[in-house]
Amino acid sequence: MSAPVSPIRDPLIEGGKNYHQITEDICAPTERVPSTAWIAAFVVAVLGLGLYVFCVTWTIFYGIGSWNLDRTIGWAWDITNFVWWIGIGHAGTLISAILLLFRQKWRTGVNRAAEAMTIFAVICAGQFPLIHMGRLWLGFFIFPYPNTRGPLWVNFNSPLLWDVFAISTYFTVSLLFWYTGLVPDFATIRDRAKGVRKKVYNFLSFGWTGAAKHWQRFESLSLVLAGLSTPLVLSVHTIVSFDFATSVIPGWHTTIFPPYFVAGAIFSGFAMVLTLMLMTRKIFKLEEYITLAHIESMNKIILVTGTIVGVAYLTELFIAWYSGYLYEQYAFYNRVMGPYWWAYLGMMSCNLLSPQIFWVKKFRRNIMITFVMSIFVNIGMWFERFVIIATTLARDYIPSSWSYYVPTWVEVGIFIGTLGLFFTCYLIFARVAPVVAVAEVKAILKTAGDQYVGPNATHKHEHVAVGTHSH
Amino acid sequence: MAKENKEVLYGLYNDESELMHAVHEAQDAHLEIMNVYSPFPVHGLDHAMHLAESRLHISGFIYGAIGTLTAFLFMTWVFTRDWPIIFGGKPYFSAPAFIPITFELTVLFSAIGMVVTFYTVCGMAPGITNPTLDDRITDDKFCIAFDTTGLSGDTVDKLKAFFSHTGASEVNVKTI
Repeated sequence: MSAPVSPIRDPLIEGGKNYHQITEDICAPTERVPSTAWIAAFVVAVLGLGLYVFCVTWTIFYGIGSWNLDRTIGWAWDITNFVWWIGIGHAGTLISAILLLFRQKWRTGVNRAAEAMTIFAVICAGQFPLIHMGRLWLGFFIFPYPNTRGPLWVNFNSPLLWDVFAISTYFTVSLLFWYTGLVPDFATIRDRAKGVRKKVYNFLSFGWTGAAKHWQRFESLSLVLAGLSTPLVLSVHTIVSFDFATSVIPGWHTTIFPPYFVAGAIFSGFAMVLTLMLMTRKIFKLEEYITLAHIESMNKIILVTGTIVGVAYLTELFIAWYSGYLYEQYAFYNRVMGPYWWAYLGMMSCNLLSPQIFWVKKFRRNIMITFVMSIFVNIGMWFERFVIIATTLARDYIPSSWSYYVPTWVEVGIFIGTLGLFFTCYLIFARVAPVVAVAEVKAILKTAGDQYVGPNATHKHEHVAVGTHSH
Repeated sequence: MAKENKEVLYGLYNDESELMHAVHEAQDAHLEIMNVYSPFPVHGLDHAMHLAESRLHISGFIYGAIGTLTAFLFMTWVFTRDWPIIFGGKPYFSAPAFIPITFELTVLFSAIGMVVTFYTVCGMAPGITNPTLDDRITDDKFCIAFDTTGLSGDTVDKLKAFFSHTGASEVNVKTI
């Protein structure tokens, strides 16, 4: 018997597609000459990447002195950007892993691009701790390798080292998960291609044949990787928050940080997925695969996580007051009313207030509003990290050390440059790989295609001899 | 991989429900299916073909356990034997602080191990070309293949009759 599908469920594949049309529609962008829109975007992205290389070279040549850090503010834009990018990198694995375990069918439309986005965001994030070291070429010191200095090992009790392990593991596991999902789709392109392209995709598809036993193992692998990635994705931002929470700085030393950071990460990640998907579906004409139903689902997650983050902000304020601890109280007074009040205001309005419009269904399904909101959320989440890091450090225990931080052009350039790095990677990905998981979309066609479910269904729901539903 | 070429008789179906019916019929008629290929995982197909459950998750557990032990024992050895250092007045063996890295390595070992095992047992690797029967199997066709090497004409005719009876849209022979 087929999986029971509620009649009120929105179809997730529109346009009455059959299997062959799905292949055609999704593979087409990789097979034609790039559009002018793509070329224009790519040129801008590569210029951004050039700016990144220039500013990093400048930093290495002149040293960290080219940034506006001082004795009081030892971390500022670099770590803000690091946490921001890592947060963005959480949506991909959340969509592919947690939503797989919960059997949410709408994940199939967006998981491929979201996982790619995760990988590129983690690459961008990883740049900052490395550059921050100042001596980039000694970056390998962070790994515990046998050395001639004793061997002197790294400090396994330090959250900064936990971060090294968390992020390298997260990157590796996300990459494996993503690539394994891509293999059957590369095989689809391989079997359509000719000449050199066939050779390239033959290499990329690892000799996939689509045999029943391979699919069985593939599904087993996906499920276990999803099960492993689910605690992993929660652990990564928890550990990032430990960088702050295990210190003794008022405003950082709080137990609320792990859940609050994880919710914020999912929040910003989904916003970035929306930004990218709204552009991708338009440019590659994939509106029938990334439908309003998908956008609405993601907007619901934005509403929930944005509200969780908002509750965390308010809880922090309450606990600061309730603790009766002078320094904690001052830290939060300073966040709201101090010299960086504008950052706090930006954070509160973008993260807590603005997502509340998504209580209204009309707004959740409006593309323009969603796009503007997704940008707002990313700005708001950047402000959140800036508020936590720069505001706290700027007002030290000793008023004589108080400082005010303004970034130099080098720091701004590195940040804008990582956006260039990110979009360069994403645009290349969108050209060479199917941005929607072809095989997974085909697998849900019978239960989510608009000819089978929804108001315009024309086919009676099919009754296949042995279950087509997921066990 | 067997070196000698196999002669394969295969039929293509247009829909997974037709494929499932055909697989059931083949099992009932005791026809020996060489393999079934599909563009996406067809649920219930492994049961219909009586495929044994994949043991990949067991390997994942073993790799994960190796990761757990590697991380925890290594950190314990470093901080209690090889180079004990006091951090913040904590004991040398500060087990709770070892948990995050132990967890991460468990996941890392398990994921890498499982993925490598998956590609190895499936005979897949970068650059490998496995013989395929039809280019449309990764697009929209569902394929049942019989190994007909050295079979008598009668048996082959029986298989062809099976294909036409179960509604295969195409029947072809290919040597792979």
